[in-house]
Amino acid sequence: MNFRHAKTFLLGAIALGFLASLFADKINPYWLFIFYDIGISIVMAVSLNLINGYTGQFSLGHAGFMAVGAYTSAVITNQFGELSFFAANGIFAVALLAGGLAAALAGLLVGIPSLRLRGDYLAIVTLGFGEIIRVVLQNLDVVGAARGLSVTHNWTNLFWTFGLAAVTVYVVASLVNSTYGRGFIAVHDDEVAAEAMGINTTKYKVTAFVIGAFFAGIAGGLYAHAKFFITPSGFGFQQSIMFVVMVILGGMGNTVGVILAAILLTLLPEGLRMLSGIEYLPGLTAERPLGWIGDTRMIIYSLLLIVLMLTRPQGLFSLKKSSQLKIKN
Amino acid sequence: MTEFLQQLINGLAFGSILALIAIGYTMVYGILRFINFAHGDVFMLGAFAGFYLAPKIAAILPLPSIAGGIVVLLASMAICAALGVVIERFAYRPLRRQPKLTMLITAIGVSLFLEYTGQFVFGAAPKSFPPILPVYPIARLGGLSFNSNQLMVFSVTLFLLLALRFIVLKTKIGTAMRAVSFNPEAAALMGVNTDVVISFTFALGSALAAAAGILWAINYPSIDPLMGILPGLKAFVAAVLGGIGNLPGAALGGLIIGVTETLVSGYISSTYRDAIAFAVLILILLVKPSGLLGKKEIEKV
Repeated sequence: MNFRHAKTFLLGAIALGFLASLFADKINPYWLFIFYDIGISIVMAVSLNLINGYTGQFSLGHAGFMAVGAYTSAVITNQFGELSFFAANGIFAVALLAGGLAAALAGLLVGIPSLRLRGDYLAIVTLGFGEIIRVVLQNLDVVGAARGLSVTHNWTNLFWTFGLAAVTVYVVASLVNSTYGRGFIAVHDDEVAAEAMGINTTKYKVTAFVIGAFFAGIAGGLYAHAKFFITPSGFGFQQSIMFVVMVILGGMGNTVGVILAAILLTLLPEGLRMLSGIEYLPGLTAERPLGWIGDTRMIIYSLLLIVLMLTRPQGLFSLKKSSQLKIKN
Repeated sequence: MTEFLQQLINGLAFGSILALIAIGYTMVYGILRFINFAHGDVFMLGAFAGFYLAPKIAAILPLPSIAGGIVVLLASMAICAALGVVIERFAYRPLRRQPKLTMLITAIGVSLFLEYTGQFVFGAAPKSFPPILPVYPIARLGGLSFNSNQLMVFSVTLFLLLALRFIVLKTKIGTAMRAVSFNPEAAALMGVNTDVVISFTFALGSALAAAAGILWAINYPSIDPLMGILPGLKAFVAAVLGGIGNLPGAALGGLIIGVTETLVSGYISSTYRDAIAFAVLILILLVKPSGLLGKKEIEKV
């Protein structure tokens, strides 16, 4: 991404999101929900990319942070009844921010053991934290325990989803492209060398966790107010793994690639579902010739994942080595 | 006291099964340095292999019977061993020179594939596993109940662990496994066929997972295509807890997780049981970052 145009991109995306949200009632609600999912996946994948891709710390608990943000913001907005347009959006912004901050606090807690652990050990500990968050939510009666929590307000719209996705992309991209942010990449490339050059690797690792968790919390808030209903099992480690898949498929540390992978992986199951609904194909006599895809679409999805990794192990979209990133003056 | 002993026995039985799965994780990690996420699903397939084989074997041998049960166990182990080799050959071998993370994603793909295919082929609803072993109550001391199925879990686990120890320490292929795990390039230069060794490791690990699947199904006779996720995860935690790459560590980790989880759900709260394994892991790793028996890796510049 060209960073001279980064601010233009940010403003453009927010404006586009705003314009699109004005026409939201013209869009088929089915597609609207898919668009929300895409925006939320982008926030999740791009923020995870800061931890896994740029800083090289392997986190498998991103859905846990999302859960913290989702529950925090939902508990806040559930206190309010019907509100005017401005009040509603104001409260929503505050709730999203609170969700983000709560998740950032959780990120700080997870970041601290990462001072001592590396690689797979860190991965399993982050996975463990994610699962512990889920189990604790499952036992908290104030938020409905395993039954789940219904969310009163459906305030998530295209403006918030894509506006916040753009903010996430902007913050993460300008962070790693700043002088300060080179430290993240240095930790990724060679921790020992980075330390020898006087970089406080501990600080960078924890910062990556806190910022990544903050945006995951915001994504959680968006998710909660798009779905009306959240359950702890919606934030299990399978979800965390899907976000990791997006990061790796996008080519670790390549923001544009990660965004594309997030879009692709969100659309893929829906696309397969649509294929199975096709009524007629030239040359085939059977009614709904691709109907078999309906039952097997998740099998096809997992096979595609394997085939993609086998054929493009460097990620779907060309990976730029951090050493090839242009150094900005 | 009786209740404590009862919980301890249940915990050790659960822990033994976890230990068998954990060894598969740790062996593959020791050789390829990657987490085989599909291992929990091989455990599930082991149970399903037993489920579908049992009626066939019942035509030849009477079931439930000790001999019949052992034949089901061995057949399911053989099937999963072959499956492990096939998975490695097609999903992991082409990526061996790539970064380990790509192999991890393929493993996740394989895991999803096995789960979804399982749901499609076997059906998503839980199935009840047929009794393949006769159940005798062995001891009834002051309310303590201990049946032959639990004894079977202990004896099969112990036998398999001793057999594994013999294979790894005394046989030629075991020596080759240790050589590849120590240094794959040097082992290859010494004439070790690393491909064969890696295939063998997958076969061995998958056979142990299948045995765990059968033992699990005997004790908790409801099986479904997603049953491998949680035990797989806990076994992986057990492997890391013991120091990943270390065989006795994996067995020890499995027993620790099994016993703590059972005791906590018995005495404190059963709803928190799925979080216990992770809490124990985090506490231990904070004190000993390379696991209980793991060697500390020295960082070289």
